[in-house]
Order: sequence, then C-alpha cells, then structure tokens
Amino acid sequence: MSMNASGWKPEMGSGEKAEQVETFTGNRALMLEEPLIFEMEEEAGTGVDFAPAAKVQSRLGGFERNKPINLPGLSEPQAVRHYTRLSRQNYAIDLGLFPLGSCTMKHNPRLNEKVARMPGFADIHPLQPVDTVQGALQLVANLGEWLIKLTGMHSVAMSPKAGAHGELCGLLAIRSALEARGDARQVILVPESAHGTNPATAAFAGYRVENIPANERGRVDLDALKARLGPDVAGVMITNPNTCGLFEPDMTEISKAVHEAGGLVYCDGANFNAIVGRVRPGDLGIDAMHINLHKTFSTPHGGGGPGSGPVVFSEALTPFAPLPFVEQQGERFVLIEEETAEEHHSQNFGRMTAFHGQMGMFTRAMSYILSHGADGLRQVSEDAVLNANYILRELEDVLDAPFGASGPCMHEALFSDKGFGGGLSTLDLAKALIDEGYHPMTMYFPLVVHGAMLIEPTETESKATLDQFIGALRSVAQRAKAGDESLKAAPIHAPRRRLDETQAARKPVLVYKEAVQAQAAE
Amino acid sequence: MRYLPLADSDRQEMLRAVGARSVDDLFVDVPEAARLSGKIEGLADHASEMSVERQLGALARENIVAGEVPFFLGCGAYKHHIPASVDHLIQRGEFLTSYTPYQPEIAQGTLQVLFEFQTQVARLYGCDVANASMYDGSTACWEAIAMARRITKRGKAILSAGLHPHYVSVAQTMARFTGDLLDVALPELSAETDIDRLLASIDAETSCVVVQYPDIFGRIPDLSVIADKAHAAGALLVAVVTETVALGAIRSPGEMGADIVVGEGQSIGVGLNFGGPYVGLFACKEKFVRQMPGRLCGETVDAEGKRGFVLTLSTREQHIRREKATSNICTNSGLCALAFSIHMTLLGEEGLRQMAAINHARAVQAADRLTQLPGVELVNDSFFNEFTVRLPKEARPVVRALADRGVLGGVSLGRLYPGAEALQNGLVVAVTEVVTDEDIEALATALQEVLA
Repeated sequence: MSMNASGWKPEMGSGEKAEQVETFTGNRALMLEEPLIFEMEEEAGTGVDFAPAAKVQSRLGGFERNKPINLPGLSEPQAVRHYTRLSRQNYAIDLGLFPLGSCTMKHNPRLNEKVARMPGFADIHPLQPVDTVQGALQLVANLGEWLIKLTGMHSVAMSPKAGAHGELCGLLAIRSALEARGDARQVILVPESAHGTNPATAAFAGYRVENIPANERGRVDLDALKARLGPDVAGVMITNPNTCGLFEPDMTEISKAVHEAGGLVYCDGANFNAIVGRVRPGDLGIDAMHINLHKTFSTPHGGGGPGSGPVVFSEALTPFAPLPFVEQQGERFVLIEEETAEEHHSQNFGRMTAFHGQMGMFTRAMSYILSHGADGLRQVSEDAVLNANYILRELEDVLDAPFGASGPCMHEALFSDKGFGGGLSTLDLAKALIDEGYHPMTMYFPLVVHGAMLIEPTETESKATLDQFIGALRSVAQRAKAGDESLKAAPIHAPRRRLDETQAARKPVLVYKEAVQAQAAE
Repeated sequence: MRYLPLADSDRQEMLRAVGARSVDDLFVDVPEAARLSGKIEGLADHASEMSVERQLGALARENIVAGEVPFFLGCGAYKHHIPASVDHLIQRGEFLTSYTPYQPEIAQGTLQVLFEFQTQVARLYGCDVANASMYDGSTACWEAIAMARRITKRGKAILSAGLHPHYVSVAQTMARFTGDLLDVALPELSAETDIDRLLASIDAETSCVVVQYPDIFGRIPDLSVIADKAHAAGALLVAVVTETVALGAIRSPGEMGADIVVGEGQSIGVGLNFGGPYVGLFACKEKFVRQMPGRLCGETVDAEGKRGFVLTLSTREQHIRREKATSNICTNSGLCALAFSIHMTLLGEEGLRQMAAINHARAVQAADRLTQLPGVELVNDSFFNEFTVRLPKEARPVVRALADRGVLGGVSLGRLYPGAEALQNGLVVAVTEVVTDEDIEALATALQEVLA
C-alpha cells in the first residue's frame, strides 16, 4: 500500500482485549456522560428569542417577582445536545424487545404521532364552543363506539387519565349504584395476584380490601369466593386474563355469583391484548372495565405516561358514569357537562378531571384501531398469545413455569426462580439480561409466585427477535441455575452499575442544591 | 399487516413448537359461549396509512384551529409558542417509547430529566421538593387536599371562590366518597377576591385553604395574608397555579407561605390538545415529603461510586404499599414532564421573564382596547395575562357570535357557571405572546359588532 503525501496509511492496531482504560472525559466512545443543566459551566441564559415587551403600566397588583428564580437556560444547540445525550442512556421499544408482563410494550406506530399532531386535533382548546370542534367530538364518539363494540359493553366514560384513574372511576360508579339502591356495602374482594393499583384504588373508594385466594391452577378459587360473598361485599376486582397470564375459565360463574349476592364486577383491563377481537368481556358478565390505551391500543409509554384509561360500563352502571362525555344528537355532537347532565344523566357520580380526557391519546388510539380494523385486532391477540406460548415452551426446560403443565398461557408467560443456585435471585438474572441488551421482564410480580418473572412479548415481535431473546434468557438462566457468581456484578456494560436504592431512600436528595452537590463531589 | 411481523410460515412453525394444531387451541380456557368465531361485526377492516390519514384528516379539518384565528381562550389551558426543538426531542424513540424507569441502570436518561424537572418545578413554585408529575392540575389539586387531611388529621378544606370550577367539581366528586367536608362558594364579578370569606372561615377544624393564583378571573390574591391566618390555626395553605408562565412575573407561592403548591404545567411545552394530555405539578415543604403522592426521583451512587438517579421513597406508592398507599397513581405524565422540562431549559429564567413580560404587556394592551368599547367594563384591578370583562349582555351567545365571525374571543362565565345569574355577563379573556395587534383589533371590531 502506498502512502499518500500526508503520511496516512491504514493501520489495524492491536486486537487484544483492552483493560478498562480510563478516559479523560469519563466517556466511553458513544457512551457519553452528561451533567445536570444546573452544573453546566457555560450557560447561555436562554435559547428562545423574544421581541422586547411593550412598556405598560403594571397591573400585577404589587406582586412582582423580586428574587431570582434560579433556572438555567441553554441555547438551542446546547439543549439539543443535552437531551439527545440523555436519551441515549435509555432502553426503549424502538431499540429492542421490552418483555414487561402486563405492560404490553408493543411498537408505537409513527402514524399515531402524525395524526395526533394534526392542528385540527392538537391546536384546539377544550372550552371552544362545541360547534367549532365537531370533528374532535366525533373522533371521541367514534373511539367510544369501537371500545364498546370490542368489549361488548353498554357505554363508555372517556375522561379517566390513566388505568388507575379508570379503576377509580369504575369503583366509584359501583359505589354510587349500590348507594342509590340503598345498599351501601363495605368490602371489595381482590385476588392476591392483583396489580397494586387495585387494592389502592379500592381503599381510595372507601372500601375495605380482602383477598380472594387462588387455586393450585393459578386461578380464582371459585368456591372460596362464593363462600365469602355476602351482604357486605360490594363486589370484586378481577383481572382477566389474570396477572399469572392465565384466562379465568370460571369468569362467567364468578360474575353470576357476585350478581346473585347483590354485588358488582370490576374487570381490570390491563391484559386486554390477549383477547381483543376474540372475546368480549361483556359476554362474561362484568359491570365495568378500564382499558389502558397505552397498552392494548399502542399509545406511547413516554417514560411514565401520559396514559389514558376509558371505562366501559354495563347497563346497570351506565346511569352512574361520570361527566363529561360526548353524545350525538342528530347530526351534531355535544358535550354533556354539569349543566346538561341534570336533565338526562342526573345520577352521574360527578367529574374526575378538568376538561374532557386525553384527546392526544384518543387520536393515537383511533389511528391504531383504524389501521388494524376488526380483522387486524383479532390477529393482534392471536399473535400476542402465540408469541407468549412460544417463549413459555422454549424455556420451560431451563426455567420453572409454575403453571406450564396446566395448559397454555395467554399473552404472557410466568416463570419462577426455583432451581437458582448459589443464593442467586431473579434480580441477579434480570441485571445480567441487561448486559445481554434487553430490558428485564417484570420481576417479583405477581406476588403469588416466588421470584416471579412475567414475560409479555406482544404481537409486534418477529420470530427472529423472539429466538434471539430466548437464546439470551436461556444463557442467563443457565448461569443462574449453575450459581454463577458473576451475575451478582451485573450489569457491567450498562451506563450505570447497580444503584444504591437504600441510600436514595435514607437520605433523599430530590432536587439539585449547589452546596449539597459540591460536598458530594469532594 | 404493517405492524404485525409474523409471517404465516412463522406461525406454523411456532404452533408446531408449542404443540397446537391451530391458535384456537391456545384459547382453550375461554368458555365456548364467550368465544367469538370470527371478527366482530359492524367494525371496519384494516386500512392503509393513507386511508387512515385521509379519514382522520377530514375530521381534523372540521375544527377551528387556535393558531389560525384571533384566539383569546384561557381558563386553565393556554396557547403559548413552543420552540420547534421540543417536539423533535420528545419524539426521539428513546424517550417516546421508553417505560417508567424501574430499571435505573438503563433509564438514566428519563431519571436525570425527572430530577431536573423536579428541581425546576420546586424553584418555580418556591418549594423545597416537587414530584415527577401528576395527571393534571385538577387531580393534583384534589391530591393536595387529601394530603393536607393526612398531615393535619382534619377533614375540612376551604376552597377559594376563585378556584377553577372544574377543579372544584373534581374535589366535590372525590369528597363525596372520602367524607371530606368542602367549604365552597361562587365567585363574585368584582375586583376583590373572597379573601375576607377565607380569613373568616379558617378555624380549628380546617385542614387547608385552597387558593388559585392568579384565580379563574385572572385576579391575583395576597397569599401571604391567607398563609399567616392558616398557620396560626394549624392549617395548611394549598396554592394552585393554572398558568405557569405567571411565575415569570409574580412571586412564587412558596415564598408567600404556601405549604403545598400544585398546578397545571400545560403552558410550558405541552400544546392545547383539546384538554389532554396535560401535566400536573406538585410541590411542597421538605417536612411533608413522605406524604406526597406520585413518583419521586432521587440522587444516589452506583456500585462504582458514579452519581446516578433512581425512583425513591417508593413505600408511599401503590406497587409497594397497596391499600395503604398515599395515592393509587401509577402511570403519570412522563412525556409531558419531559416536554415541560425541555421548554423550561430553553427559556431559562431570562426567557421566562421576557415571555411573562410580553404576556402581561399584551394583556394590558388588550384590556385597554376592549374597555374602549361602549358597555365593556374591566372587572379586575390586578391580572397577569388573563382578565374578566363585564359585557352589557349575556356573554355565552356573544362568544358563539364571535366564533361565527372567525374570532375565538374568550370563555364565557355562562359556560363555566351555568345557572349563576350574577355571572352571566362575564367573559374571561386570555392574552399570551401569540396574540398580535391585528388579533386584538379583530376581537375589538367583532365584539363591537356583536354588542351593537
């Protein structure tokens, strides 16, 4: 190879495994450390240009700010760089399989983002006269119709802002219905395997929570439930499929028994992805169910929200649904708020939020639903269930599947830490999975299985990605069962090693304080 | 179908691997009577991107867009200019499609943003600590009332008449079920807030006084006077801020003595979105932190001694405490909190103060112009970017008539307080930095016509 005039020639250098060489910056090539905005030495002051304000006589009533707020400002290049560098420290669905059980981490279609940003949806105010927002109201009404038809229920409340908010909506409707009957009751029954929001919500709605035991097949013990039902039981909160990833085959009997005892049935719809298009919860006798639009209907998780939790109701609960909601009157769509509610919906239990609900999530969900259609949605649940069963069967020789022998799972597969050697735990396995390039599955939930690992692949994973994940999980599971101590050091390749959560809770530092940070650096 | 990667050959192979003849075998636990043999009737089949865009685009075009007409609506949701980079950054897949940061080693992006967000909110509100967001201002307001009850162990909250009526309605709904007593009152169409009523009502049974700042009419109440009286009686002051930009011009509620400050962050980074998703802000004094609802992000170190961030104090929360949790909230408003933080970082204190100054100046100019119209009286003495005028006739039909003329002229009190006769001639007008001289002139002209 000839050299050019500048002296450059290709050189491979050494291929020997590098020791952990310290860099001056602390960076490791594309893995970049990033300070807090409050720590940046050079701060532009602001990255937004404004024309000067006109000089006016202040009408602020003497409440003008006289102290600095102390907020740093970055120029646009600095800000873009700051947030881009931070984003690269996150795992995401866009990067790879995100196997969190009961979270339904499916692909978030970009068409959803385009539709949500159409000015006719994004740039309208909730209090505009309704005749100026008919298209928006129609979308909300249409989405409501789809949700009603998919669930086989009677009506829908669109306003709850997330799943837990929807759970509260359902329980408050149940409580209102019973009080209207002059039959207020004190107890709600919740399976031990339920998501934490269920008992929290029931307590908030003013109920005492009691557990329903599970049978050895991981389902609700119907006999134990029937034995407990009585005049003090307002109802049950059931997740179906349940949090062990199993369909409750006795669901219709459960609903019947609860109704016969004078109670009502709340269904947690977090696992709707397993049955959408194949089973209508309404056919199973339930009275209320929230739907997580950010799960089954693909609206993005966004690092912790926003979500949306519309609630479908049976005929019995429909009169108690909260305000506001959209109604079609002839050719026109109207918003039923406090004013008009008195006439036709006088038993509504009130209002759960300002304005009307998560329009930004409605547009995204509508885009998803129209894209899939009735045929596509049925395929969604089929592929979701097939993918989960594939994972279950391919791994049950190396990981203990407590309910694997009793039949197929639904959209999620459940394993336990049985057989792990050397004092290793589910946590250790999960941290090792991070090094393999995956976000861990849901850990230690449901509570009824020791060291639980709940895996929900969703339908948007190809067979190839499933096989890669299965291979990685097989490898770390084998290491766990062999008592491989190196798992305790995991993760070693992530932007951070294991973080000290005990210290974080013992001495909480929740905001940046100049003096505190300087001390820590010493 | 474009979002479903499995090929039929994959499905066949996988069915063989799980020992099923068809996917129906996997649904064996579903009772016969509940099984749908085919797709649900009466619903359309799948559609291409092009078709979906067309259908939904048609619905979108039926609406009058705030950015395309003279626009003066506020009352808890405000139109501000959001810098272009905000929307690009929140759409990065690592932010958009990430999850709650339960595995902190691979979520430092989200966690560091939350720490910065908490710090920004605490400083804006003049408080010691803030959480990682609530759904919106109205639910944050209720959670503050519930928190005040837990702290003081008293069951009566006094709500100022200037609190947004939707926020009042949410609190009343929840209080019906929790047994909290709420002392509420309708506002009066006058320059004075109901501060006298509040001061007179505070007693030994009061858990908190809830005061909106600026209030629903845009009036700015003296929080420190209320704080003093509340504290003397062993009660808390909860301040509610529905327009974050106001804090670029007026003093923080925390420095005026508020114990808990909540509000709506929508003005910063989050567009109008027809009412949601928004972002609830929640801040308080350090001593109350273990009673706070919602997620909290805290600083710590990793096994190599490097600084990092984690969700902390989780024993307050539903996934640990279940029925004893401080709130049932799980998913909150992460992406909107990110948008808020990015916008606030781009603004900085300098930009926020400039933005606030422009808002106030435009509002003053608009108020002066509108009060030139015969019969239009300004109700407020004080205001930031929102004020109330008394019209010579009922405001609600006026608003509709203005809309017919292509002007979105404000929120009528008839819309917010139907049936409250004394308020029916009131119109709340919000004026932000997006409002131009031409817009103000268009509103004045149209209003003059409608009132004639």
